[in-house]
This record gives sequence, C-alpha cells and structure tokens, in this order.
Amino acid sequence: MITKAFQTVYTKITEITKATCSLYAEGVGYEELALVDGRPAQVVKMNGNKITLQVFPGTEGIATNAKVVFLGKSPTLKVSNLLSGRFLNAYGEPIDGGPAIEGESREIGGPSVNPVRRQKPSHFLGTGIAGIDLNNTLVTGQKIPFFADPDQPYNNVLAEVALRAEADKIILGGMGLSNDDYLFFKKRFTDAGALDKIISFVNTTEDPPVERLLIPDMVCTAAEFFADNQQQKVLVLLTDMTLYADALAIVSNKMDQIPSKDSMPGSLYSDLARIYEKAVQFQHGGSITIIGVTTLNEGDITHAIPDNTGYITEGQLFLRRDPEIGKTIIDPFRSLSRLKQNVIGKQTREDHPQVMNALIRLNADAVEARTKKENGFDLSDYDQRCLKFAIDYAEKLLAIDINIKVDEMLETGWELMSKYFEKHEVGIKQVFVDKYWKNEEGNEEE
Amino acid sequence: MTKGKVKSIIANLLTIEVDGPVGQNEICFVSVKDVKLRAEVIRITGNIASAQVFESTRGIKIGDPVEFTGHMLQIELGPGLLSRNYDGLQSDLDDLESTYLERGVYTNALNRKVEYDFEPLAHRSQKVKAGDWLGSVKENWIDHKIMVPFDFEGEAEVVWLADAGQYTVSDEIATLQNEKGEKFPVNMIQRWPVKKAVKTYVDKPRPYKLLQTGMRLIDTFNPMAEGGTGFIPGPFGTGKTVLQHAIAKNGEADIIIVTACGERANEVVEIFTEFPELTDPRTGRKLSERTSIICNTSNMPVAAREASVYVGMTIAEYYRAMGLKVLLLADSTSRWAQALREMSNRLEELPGPDAFPMDLSAIIANFYSRAGMVNLNNGKTGSVTFIGTVSPAGGNFKEPVTESTAKVARCFYALSQKRADSKRYPAIEATDSYSKYLEYDEFREYSEENIQKGWVDLIHEIKDVILRGQECRDQINILGNDAVPLSYHIDFWKSEVVDFILLQQDSFDEVDMNCPMERQKYMINKVIDICRQPFDFEDFEKVASYFKQVINLMKQMNYTPFQEEDFNKYEKELEELISKRETVPA
Ligand SMILES: Nc1ncnc2c1ncn2[C@@H]1O[C@H](COP(=O)(O)OP(=O)(O)OP(=O)(O)O)[C@@H](O)[C@H]1O
Ligand SMILES: [Mg+2]
Repeated sequence: MITKAFQTVYTKITEITKATCSLYAEGVGYEELALVDGRPAQVVKMNGNKITLQVFPGTEGIATNAKVVFLGKSPTLKVSNLLSGRFLNAYGEPIDGGPAIEGESREIGGPSVNPVRRQKPSHFLGTGIAGIDLNNTLVTGQKIPFFADPDQPYNNVLAEVALRAEADKIILGGMGLSNDDYLFFKKRFTDAGALDKIISFVNTTEDPPVERLLIPDMVCTAAEFFADNQQQKVLVLLTDMTLYADALAIVSNKMDQIPSKDSMPGSLYSDLARIYEKAVQFQHGGSITIIGVTTLNEGDITHAIPDNTGYITEGQLFLRRDPEIGKTIIDPFRSLSRLKQNVIGKQTREDHPQVMNALIRLNADAVEARTKKENGFDLSDYDQRCLKFAIDYAEKLLAIDINIKVDEMLETGWELMSKYFEKHEVGIKQVFVDKYWKNEEGNEEE
Repeated sequence: MTKGKVKSIIANLLTIEVDGPVGQNEICFVSVKDVKLRAEVIRITGNIASAQVFESTRGIKIGDPVEFTGHMLQIELGPGLLSRNYDGLQSDLDDLESTYLERGVYTNALNRKVEYDFEPLAHRSQKVKAGDWLGSVKENWIDHKIMVPFDFEGEAEVVWLADAGQYTVSDEIATLQNEKGEKFPVNMIQRWPVKKAVKTYVDKPRPYKLLQTGMRLIDTFNPMAEGGTGFIPGPFGTGKTVLQHAIAKNGEADIIIVTACGERANEVVEIFTEFPELTDPRTGRKLSERTSIICNTSNMPVAAREASVYVGMTIAEYYRAMGLKVLLLADSTSRWAQALREMSNRLEELPGPDAFPMDLSAIIANFYSRAGMVNLNNGKTGSVTFIGTVSPAGGNFKEPVTESTAKVARCFYALSQKRADSKRYPAIEATDSYSKYLEYDEFREYSEENIQKGWVDLIHEIKDVILRGQECRDQINILGNDAVPLSYHIDFWKSEVVDFILLQQDSFDEVDMNCPMERQKYMINKVIDICRQPFDFEDFEKVASYFKQVINLMKQMNYTPFQEEDFNKYEKELEELISKRETVPA
C-alpha cells in the first residue's frame, strides 16, 4: 500500500503486544486503517489520544520508532467486473501475478440489508447430490455450513457443489487454507473451465492468521457488488470458518477481553452472524448464497464454534464416512436444511417431503435394528428388512458421489420402499402411495 | 440540554465527558460526519458518562460532540402500531428508503397522515386516571382505545373531548385538567420509556383461562394460560422458531407481538411474506392485521437487541390496557442476554457465571413479571401472555439464561435433540416439560366447565401412558424382544399411538398445523379409549404391525378436515380395526 506525502507520520509507539500496538495520535476515526512500518493495521480502541491498532500481519520485529501513518478510511475493496477470474489476498490485492484491480472503492463490512427489502428465499438450488437435494434441499439466499471432521474431504465436496450449482458467480473465501488445498481449488476451477465466473480471496496457512479476519468481509463486499448491482446469483464459499473464529479469539485475547465458552470471545455469535447474514435473496432476483465449512473436533458440535454457527445458519450438512458402504455420506440425521420447505413439494414433485421423511424414518429404524444386532438380540423380520434397506439407501442416495435429478431421487426412494416394505409401514399419505408405489416389476401401480 | 464530547471508544462503548446533569439510561446523540447516532447512557462516574451506541461506531473521533435528550429510551404508542414492521428502536422499516440500513436514519413509528374514525367513550367533566379510556378508533378490526396518558399523575377531569369524526394521531382529541388546575392537551400519541412497566391497572389475578395455541402438545399436555408465561429452550435446529411461528399463526389472541431478537433475517421475512396472506382462523381477517413485528436480527446492531424486547413488551402492555388479549413472543431471549454480556464485559464489570452479568437473573425476572392478566379500572380485563425462546450454549440447559428463566416462567417447553433428530415434531419432550397452570385449582375448575369433566386427570393419565411406554421400551432394549412379557410390547405401542397421534403435529400441513380444542378433545378421548383397552396378541411382531395400522389410520384422520367425509371414513376403518381386536381370548 502507498502512503501519501502530506500525511502525518508518527514514530513513537508506546505499547506493543503480539497483535496490537498503541501510540498517541490525533484526528483518528474509529476503525480507520493505518500502516505500521508498512504493515496494514486498524484502529480497535481509542482512549483519549491513545490509539490501539490491530496489526494484521502481526507485530514481529516492529520497533517503537516504527513509522505509523493513518489512511483516513476503513478497509476497502475495489469492485468491478475485473474481479472475475482473479485470485486475491486478504487486502484484495492480486496474488496471481495479474494487474491491480481497477474499480469503485467500497468500504468492507458495510451495513446490512433492510429485512423488508429482502425476499423470502424460495428458488431451488440443485447440486445433484441426493444427500443435499433430496434430504436437505438448498435454496438461493440460504446460508449453510458443512460440519466435518478435519479428515473429511470437505474442500473437494465444496468445490463439487460449487461447480454443479447454478450460479453466475462463485466467490471463494479461503481462511487458513493449506497451500495444497489452495492449489486444488485453483486447478479444479481451471479444469472445469469456470475460471471467469470465480473470484478467490485467499489466506493460506503461510499468511498471518489475523489477516483472515478481513477475508469474509472482502468476499461479501464483492458478493454484494455482483448480487445487488448486477443482479446475479452469487455463491459464496467460506472455508474454514473454524480457523476464522480462532483468529477472532487470538485478537480478543490480546485485547484482554474476558473469554466465554471454549476461550472464544463473548461476541462470537454476533461476529459470525454478521458474516452469514450477508446471505440474501434480493427482490430483483440477485442473491447471495453462503456455503461454509466448519471443521469439528471429533464430531463435537457442542463446541462454541459449531454451536454458535448452528444457531446462525439455516441448517448444516454433516459429512461422515459410512463404514457400511465405505464412502463419505451426508448424514441424514444430523443434517438439516431449514429452508427446504420453501421449495420441496412446490418446485419439486409433490411427494418430495413425504418420501424424504419416510426414508429417514425407516433409516432410523435400521439404526435401532443395528444396535439390537450389536447387543446380540434376535432381529424381527422388519428389522432385517430395515438393515438391507439402509445399505441400499446409503449407496443409492446418501453417498456424495451421486449426481442425479430430484425426480430420479424420488423414484429411487419409492423403489427402495416398495422393495423392502409394506405400504402401511412407510407412513405416507394414501394419495401418494396410490400414485407412486412400485409393484413387483418396478412399475407404478395402476 | 447537557452536551458532551467523546473521550474514548471501544467497539460500541463510548465514554463521554459531559458539561451538565445526565441520567442513567438517558438517550443521547453522537454526531459523526453528517449523521447523529443514538446511544444510551449505561454508567455515570463523575462527569464521565459511558454510553452504548445503537449503531456502528466506525469513524467516530475523539472530541466528537454529543447531545443529551433528557429522557430514557421511549417509544410512541397510538393507532397504527399493528401491521407494522419495526426495527429494535421502533423505526418503521418500510419507511426506510434504502436497501441497506444506513446508520443514523430514524423514522416516526406512527403515521401522521392517516385519519382514524374517532368515537368518544368518556364525557366532559368525567373524572379519569392514567390508562382510562377517552375514546376509540378502528385500527384494522380492533377497537383501539385512546387512553389517558400512562404517565398522567393523579386524577384528571375531562374538560374538552372531541366529537366523533376523522382525526390524525397528532390532532388534539381531549383536554384534561389535573387537580392543580393545569390543563393538558391530549392527542392519540403517547410516549413511554420502555424499561418501565405500564401499571395503570387495579390488580393482577392468577391466570386461569386456557390460551389456545392450536398445538396439542401445548394446549392439551402443558397448557398456557391467558396472561401466563412460558419459555422454549432447545439446542439449535430443534424447532423453537417453527413452534413460535405456529403459535403466532394460530394463537387465540387479539393481538400478537413478535419480537425477533438477534435471530435470522430470513425468518422475519417469512412472517412479512406469509402473514399478509394468511387468515386468522378466528376472525377471518388477515393475520398481519393483528400482528406487529419488532425486528432486530442478528446482523443488526447488538445494543438494540436489548431494546427490542422491551419495545415489544411495552406495545403489548399498551394493548392490554385496552382490555385486549395480547400474546408476546420473543425469539431468542438468549441473544438479548448475550448483548448484556458483551456490554458488561466492555464495562469491565465483575462477571457472573459464563461471563454473564451478575444481575442477569434479576433482569430476566423483572421482564417476565411484566406479563399477566390484569383487572382494569373499568372492570374489564386484559392480558399479556409471554413466551420466549432460549438458545442454550451447547444445548445444555445447565446455563445461566435457561436457569434464570426457569425460575420465573410458569411453563417449560423443553425441546429435545433426540426427538428433533427422529423428526418427531414438535420436539417438545412431553414429560420433562410442564405447565404450572395444570396445578392451579382455578385452571382445574375452568377446564371442568369449559373443556370436559375430569380433564386434568385425563391429562395425567395420558402422560402416565407415555412414561410407562418409555419404561417398557427401555426394558425391551435391555432384555430383548422375547425376554419381556408381551404386555410390555403392548404398553410400548400404546405410548407410540399417543406420540404419533397426539404429540406429533405437522406444522407444515395445512390441516394438521392448527388443531382447535374441540378436535384435540375428540382425539385425546379416542386415544385414551385405545390405551385403556386390554389387547392380546399371539406374538410381539403382531403387536407392532397392528398398532402401526392403528397409527396409520389415525394419522390420516389428523391430516383430513375434522369430521368431514375422509375423516369419517378413516375413523370407520379404525373402529373396525379395533372391534376386531375387542375380545380378549381367555
Ligand atoms: N413442527 C415441525 N414440523 C416439521 N418440521 C419442523 C418442525 N419444527 C422444526 N422443524 C424443522 O426443523 C428446522 C429447524 O427449526 P427451527 O428453525 O424452529 O429451529 P430453532 O430451534 O429455532 O433453531 P435455532 O435455535 O437455530 O434458531 C425447521 O426448518 C424444520 O425443517
Ligand atoms: Mg430459531
């Protein structure tokens, strides 16, 4: 970043911690940007003329006589169509060797959309994955994270979902991304020939962690430009939000704030909500859909990060390895899309809600039967059928490598039910059973 | 008025050096660039006031000027509050022009141009007190009373009253004279500080009348009373919001105030979109006509979250003073508590459990105590029923907000992760949850007269069926299907009938979503008949398959319009199924 000639230069830092430094200065605005020895920093506290700056790249090596200049504005991003296809860092500067971005300079972290100017999100967003489209249907304008243990292939699934979903723009926010995963995204997007609709803001494990804090706001500012100004369907990918929250904790700790649960700042809920709530369906058709990744520690969703996330987002998609079929599946019990009822049975076939619920219920019975079996009890005929059904169900509908249309998913569902169960065992409205039940040959009954 | 200058800023907490008197909770405005931001004083030390700003503090500079207003956070009360969508500080969201919520932009809460049909209710020279009715206007279909201002001290005489006719809210409709002979003009707008309870009533008797919500798990199993209080704690995704929305749609109240406090914007949008379309099952009018929404979603300024619940309560109390039945819903009170926590931490107060402020319990108790049924000066009654949701961290009910709320709320609707995971909605745990009103003699008497003889005992009997079923299921799981007496299977399946037919209710099915009391009564009697019947079977597999048929038929009944053709058809099939099993082999 370039400093201007007429700015006051301060050279007397009075306090330095790992993430912050303080000095006396005048005429400074709250949240204003500064450069400390050339490193980007932001005002986080002002007490009289004593200003505390959060230094994004960290304070390592900063001396008390380092040059400090204030830039007279809070962090901004240049927005224009030139963003397409570009890879940028947390400050919105190119890291792909290309030219600097030209465009309108916008403050990041701007105000939220007036709720009455929103529209109820109700456009189906298909992915071809039955674990999503059938059981946890997504809509544009939704916000939903993948919950996954670190060993799950969440970034691969994320890339897959992004490329299959019908979106005008995909904006990737990588936080603490391993260099390998960064290169994976780059290659996957390039191979798919989709680069011109993708924009990436990347902070890798090689970059300072505090810089991550800028990524979501950068991403959302770009997203608002395309979704609101250009009325496009924008899909935002944020991975990994757990690492983002960790960075929040580092900063709040350095600021001597009282930590609440799991050493996280007491404001974690509001901090995360501010980002996820940027998801929106505008009345003019543009939308921002946010799919995040929250990595878990041994599946523990009571930890403050997934817990607060769950309270903010509109459901969650649980990735889990199913030992029965040896594949990664979207867990039907713990996953949920809260906006699915806005489209299922309305934009998808009428029997969608009932079939989805019936399959999950039967699968729950299978889980119970499995427990019985493990405890050495005799299984009833119904139990046996449930077990067989469950394997088919996982293989044909839950596995993430499936890519079919919703109607096909429903047909598969009816086939499985008709194959293993009696009509009265599935608990579906009579009219649908009459219409869709498969007889022996697999045809629908007359 | 007192003025001041900003001395320090951290997040949304300012300290301000003042040049005159300031009051605790006084509202002030901070000038930054070309806007003025609203803030509330939350601590005073000498000539330094600490204030929480209700907006983003970006760009504020040390030395920026502050003006004090001399009053606490107050809202406007008057005709035109219904069908409105307000933010947490009562700005009318529809009147804000921009797509985004620009800071420092506030609107009037009440429309100054609309004319209302005024009918006088009092007469000249009548002696009146605060809250007494002077006249009435039609607000949608509701008789909106124009009252003596709540802050009017002592007795007044009506020295002038407008004739029937068309008036705007700011037109004068009466002149009151107090005991000292001072005259006060009265129009249809009054202002009230939201953190103070409106107490213009005679007394607050114990609630005893059932307030129907259309949910079987509430009305039948854990009834809510008119003027009662309740709370819904539950881990995320277990159905708190869906339940509250269902209550907002079908609740048998004159007025519904929905406070969306620190939750999702899309959930509020759902209300905006649906309520103007849906009809109130009792009046046939649009649901939005009896509803007012206060919305401070999670991305809106945190400090206004606290304000939003008080704004909701104050509007509720205002309509209660008109003799109306008001239902106030807040989702989620935990977010409000978290806002208090953020502020308390910034003020560096000594933290209580989980870093919440020490006086959290007292704040919550004080808020819940504002609900209630009241006897008004004119002998009429009004009520504010309050139901809040609680979002416990990690889904663990042993945390300060859940515990503090449990101490004061009379109904407890515990949502269980397990029931939600198995899609047994609404996921209220029937036996852990409670309604203290079931223990009230007043409620027992009321139910004998208005529902049916022996109603409360019947509820206890059916709850015992559930408990017995749980025991049996545990035994079956431990010992195995064959190792337990057949009666265990039968008892277990009877409890499944109760579960599937009475407890579970599909909030997304047009018919099942609202179950009026008549229908609830009918179904509970049907179910209890089955539960009381001594069945016998050859083996446990037959038990399961038989009861699945029973459940299937009764579920179809739940999905079809009450006592119409399809309903009767399924009922007949059910009766045949049961009569086949009627005789017990010796
Ligand atoms: N009565 C119901 N019938 C059918 N589905 C339901 C019911 N209640 C909840 N659900 C399902 O559960 C989802 C989550 O419900 P809801 O949004 O009410 O949860 P919540 O407890 O408010 O969660 P949070 O604390 O995160 O706000 C809904 O979107 C819906 O899919
Ligand atoms: Mg909710």
